[in-house]
Amino acid sequence: MARHRNVRRLDFDEERDFGDIYGRSFEDEVAISPATASQFMYPHGNTGIALSSYMKPHPLETQSEKLPSSAGASGAPTQPNQPSQPALPSQYLRSEPSIKKPDKATAPVETVTIKQSQSNTKMGFITHHRSNIDSSPARSPSPSVLPGRSTPTTTPIRQPQLTRSSLKGKQLHLIDVLSEYKKRQESEKPTINLVVIGHVDAGKSTLMGHLLFLLGHVSKRTMHKYETDSQKLGKASFLYAWILDETGEERNRGITMDIAQQQFETEHLKIHLLDAPGHRDFIPNMITGAAQADVAVLVVDATIGSFESGFESGGQTREHALLVRSLGVTQLVVAINKMDTVSWSRERFDEIVTKLKSFLKQGGYKEGDITYVPCSGMTGDNLTSTLTDSWYKGPSLAQSIDRFRPPPRPVEKPFRCCIADIFKGQGAGICVAGKIESGYVQSGETVLVVPANELTSVKTIFGGDDISAWAVAGDQVVLTLIGIDQTKLALGSVLCSPEAPVSITSLVRARIIIFNIELPITAGYPVIFHYQSVSEPAVIKKLLSQVSKTSGDVIRKKPRCLTKNSSAIVEIEISRPLSLELYSDCKDLGRFMLRYAGNTVAAGLIIKIL
Amino acid sequence: MRLEGRCLDKSGSGNVSLIPEEDEDMWHVYNLVTVGDKLKSTTIRKVTSESSTGSSTSERVRTTLTISVESIEYDTIACQIRFKGRNVQENPFVKMGAYHTIDLQLNQKFSLSKEKWDSVALDRLDVACDPSRTADIAALIMQEGLAQLCIVTSAMTITRARIEQQIPRKRRGSCTNHDKALERFYGTVLQAVLRHIRFDVVKCILIASPGFVKDQFLEYLLAEAIKQDIKVLLENKSKFLLVHSSSGHKQSLKEILADPAVAVKLADTKAANEVKALDSFYVMLQNEPNRAFYGFKDVERANESNAIEMLLITDELFRSSDVALRQRYVALVDSVKDTGGSVRIFSSLHVSGEQLGLLTGIAAILRFPLPERNEDSSDDSDSN
Repeated sequence: MARHRNVRRLDFDEERDFGDIYGRSFEDEVAISPATASQFMYPHGNTGIALSSYMKPHPLETQSEKLPSSAGASGAPTQPNQPSQPALPSQYLRSEPSIKKPDKATAPVETVTIKQSQSNTKMGFITHHRSNIDSSPARSPSPSVLPGRSTPTTTPIRQPQLTRSSLKGKQLHLIDVLSEYKKRQESEKPTINLVVIGHVDAGKSTLMGHLLFLLGHVSKRTMHKYETDSQKLGKASFLYAWILDETGEERNRGITMDIAQQQFETEHLKIHLLDAPGHRDFIPNMITGAAQADVAVLVVDATIGSFESGFESGGQTREHALLVRSLGVTQLVVAINKMDTVSWSRERFDEIVTKLKSFLKQGGYKEGDITYVPCSGMTGDNLTSTLTDSWYKGPSLAQSIDRFRPPPRPVEKPFRCCIADIFKGQGAGICVAGKIESGYVQSGETVLVVPANELTSVKTIFGGDDISAWAVAGDQVVLTLIGIDQTKLALGSVLCSPEAPVSITSLVRARIIIFNIELPITAGYPVIFHYQSVSEPAVIKKLLSQVSKTSGDVIRKKPRCLTKNSSAIVEIEISRPLSLELYSDCKDLGRFMLRYAGNTVAAGLIIKIL
Repeated sequence: MRLEGRCLDKSGSGNVSLIPEEDEDMWHVYNLVTVGDKLKSTTIRKVTSESSTGSSTSERVRTTLTISVESIEYDTIACQIRFKGRNVQENPFVKMGAYHTIDLQLNQKFSLSKEKWDSVALDRLDVACDPSRTADIAALIMQEGLAQLCIVTSAMTITRARIEQQIPRKRRGSCTNHDKALERFYGTVLQAVLRHIRFDVVKCILIASPGFVKDQFLEYLLAEAIKQDIKVLLENKSKFLLVHSSSGHKQSLKEILADPAVAVKLADTKAANEVKALDSFYVMLQNEPNRAFYGFKDVERANESNAIEMLLITDELFRSSDVALRQRYVALVDSVKDTGGSVRIFSSLHVSGEQLGLLTGIAAILRFPLPERNEDSSDDSDSN
């Protein structure tokens, strides 16, 4: 109406729109047309489409397509010996993502042509259409491919020319890592992740510290330093524990607070040791460690009274043993520690063994998978060398650990690695640590970080102390990631292969087994959801049905409440979205624990992501 | 809250004038006003006038308006309420029936008239205008890498700050990363404490955590106070109280309030009482499931047999915009009171109230066991 605005008397406050326009993106305001949405957006409900199908060929791949010319120009005679030299191509690739990084941002939006039928493309089998490979007599494990993509894949090693020129991060892998892994399995000792659990002050750290010392992993000099330093603090008996308890706070207080990690080797095994804290306040940390473990050593204190207090319902001997069982540990060595304090009494040993036997059997362990070993962490008896003049004729602790059978590793499944630690290493990039749950990874590869949904490339892989070109399921690794902001990474984020991303959700349906709890669980019950290395507040939304513990049959629909030692199907809402997997897809990523007010309430398996 | 005037007739209709003085009063106001009430308060209206030449000028005019409330929005952080509704009283600037939104702030007088002041509303009014003031408590709930600063008053729990930082784990051979990050984390928490806690108002500051985080932080706080010469911390040193909690999440506030050491410090223990009441409900559910009912239908059925000993209900239900529904809840409360039962109205801002809210918002402990109702007759909306 007004032909000109009265600018001079303008009240700026009123003219301004309410709301902070700067903090909002354009998409917040404007809805996308359905056509655009269906073309460009990832429909969550529709599981028929793999997220990968939306992604542009990664810079890495496009770059590698250009390789032949440049490789040819430099005259690198790499092709023939390619399989035996895995490091070379990876080095080659390593520097590239940083160059082509700008592409990455636009990548997910640009090239999208999808068809529903292509959901069965497996990781490692998707490649881009390239004329030079098309003619190759390639075996194709997954026949259906995306439009514009063909499947030459698993390019036989006999055709070095193609392997070299058409290599794509993934493809290189497939040949590489699996065969390398096989080689490693033959030549090297298998790796096993071992968690040490038990009641507070049972002597876990001392026992393991002493074992490491006896196995020669700690120098005499360091040991001497610990000895004098611990004496200065008036904690002379903690000298071996100091090998694993490294922070000042832990040493001053004389208790372990966080997981300590170490590697050592026995006769047949390479062992990645996770020393868990025993204090009940640090059970969240202990769960982080136990979630990464394959086998466990349960340390119990043989001293009169100490064993009993740890074994009572409030003690951690019980809780830890049940926790690791629910987290998938089946093999157990029970180290009956501090035998020197009961003068190696056979009666005491037998008494403890009988008590533990019945309890562990109830807890779901098989008798054949448990070994009982008397030992003393302080004096070092029966740790590495067997006892000579004693009633005990069995194996020493190190020997019993050596008898663990390494579990099968889901190497063929898509790559998954749950981040347990994030820190700044030397040089560029951010270091993340964790155990690879399934699949494999190699340096130079591009991985997806979920739930941030960011692509990043793996610069280097540290397995133990050394750089390795690749790592497979079961390995404890430290990955250096480049091209990602630290804020996008969080504990509990999952690194996965972009072709088969892990799902993100805040609402799950799960089967839970309720422990010995005091108060019943009702709808609306607040819990803390412990999953891998994260703990998030959550609420039990709905009680769907109470099921039989053994057969899984529904006993009661919509129960009013769930009491102790029962099993049920419930819906759980987590306060913020986590990357989760179904138990049926990935056992380790499908398990979780529920705790409330310092007690473990239930263990659960994810059966449906809602 | 200051009660300026009260004029109610026998039928229960009438109006009261109030001045909210504290943050908590706003919460009471939010619970008092329901859709359909008439609210009168001073407000600013943008009035546009058009001159004969067609140019328009807009002016902001302060005027007093009476609106019939249509929607209510409450901001816990800023402690403001916005009432939206139609004008119902003649005014030189605003037409009848024109929409207006009144922003109610602290120390702003308003008068509220209702068709019917029911017992719950009157109780609320009494509680709100009770002059025996109780001091606030600040609770700092921590774990390594996570801290929440909450202010707990008798009717509210408000999270003032939530600090989340990624702390690297200890690694073999080097703990510097861990120690540095922890130091930085404590620094941030200290800033939050200084910024959000009014030491003259707060009666005590609870520092709760699992393990030794609380001890470490208090040590850090006192050391920094001396180093940087922060007087306010040194003067209020005695107000800090260390409590154990199982985690650093907000839900552990429930354990903290149940702690006997804290209960002593809490003069008004409404928050702690709620926790206790809810716990006793759960204990009853465990021991005698036939004496603990939840869900409106079940509880109403129990009430028909005059079986209710203690009724737990969240104030959320009374804020229902459905008048008939609210009336049913009020009738239930009245009837329980008449039969000698006690009624606990939980504040939905407290952690325990939040939990009760998720448990259908209504629960009851019975005097004697009643048979559970038939499973088949359960309907979704009620039992879940």
